[in-house]
Amino acid sequence: MTPSERLDATFAALAHPARRAILARLATGEASVNELAEPFDMSQPAISKHLKVLGRAGLISTDIDGQRRPRRLEPKRLEEAVDWIERHREIWEQNYQRLDALLEELKGKPAKSERTK
Amino acid sequence: MPKPAEVTLPSDREVRVTRTFNASRQMVWDAHTQPELVPKWQGYGGWDMPVCDMDIRVGGKYRWQWKSREDGKQFGFFGTFTEVNAPSKITHEQYYDPGDLDFAMPVGDPCIVSLELGEHNGVTTLVCNMAFASKEARDAAVATGMTDGMEYSYTRLDDLFARKAA
Repeated sequence: MTPSERLDATFAALAHPARRAILARLATGEASVNELAEPFDMSQPAISKHLKVLGRAGLISTDIDGQRRPRRLEPKRLEEAVDWIERHREIWEQNYQRLDALLEELKGKPAKSERTK
Repeated sequence: MPKPAEVTLPSDREVRVTRTFNASRQMVWDAHTQPELVPKWQGYGGWDMPVCDMDIRVGGKYRWQWKSREDGKQFGFFGTFTEVNAPSKITHEQYYDPGDLDFAMPVGDPCIVSLELGEHNGVTTLVCNMAFASKEARDAAVATGMTDGMEYSYTRLDDLFARKAA
């Protein structure tokens, strides 16, 4: 996968609340499909579909051996995505901290313009 | 101090930033829409914002340009306002202008940026949603503005804060 395809897969994987919940569950330890299906009001095929998306994005992995085939989190790939989000967040946060300072400054002054069209 | 900005991914083409401010909605709106205020906070360490033209009305254009204090290189964003509802919502189509930065990226696909402001008990909540027009546009944004280029400029952020405090 190219970095672009990887990012695409990760974005898509993280965009769904059920998949984020599955990742959160797996962050506490590996789990079988049945165990993952339990807390969600979801059929096993539906869960399997989400697991496939997560697997394709490299966010989870599984062993072939045995019936249970527990899924586990692949933290490295998730870290990449979280890194990206965090870097983005920092850029905004730096801007917003400057905006905080500006707003404090503006509060000290009489309102310059009541209206902006 | 307000809670730090939160970033979420509502879909595979969207990035959403949420932040609260201890100020009225009108004030936060002004800081986003008045050309003399925007350059005071919107930008990157080590970069000045010599160009900030904004025609705040539906169909109105804007152009933002940053210039490196170190080597004079420039880049910017430009676009058109598609929705203006003071002081609660403004939406624009944003294009990236790579200027003379080394990392060029396609300029064909706009990013739809919407800013929504809500006020409660004197605290304003800002939700900024960026919807990339295509996967390519998202990847390009990730590859440039949101990563290396800005990382580079952040090394001099402290300098900027020091200058502001002086």
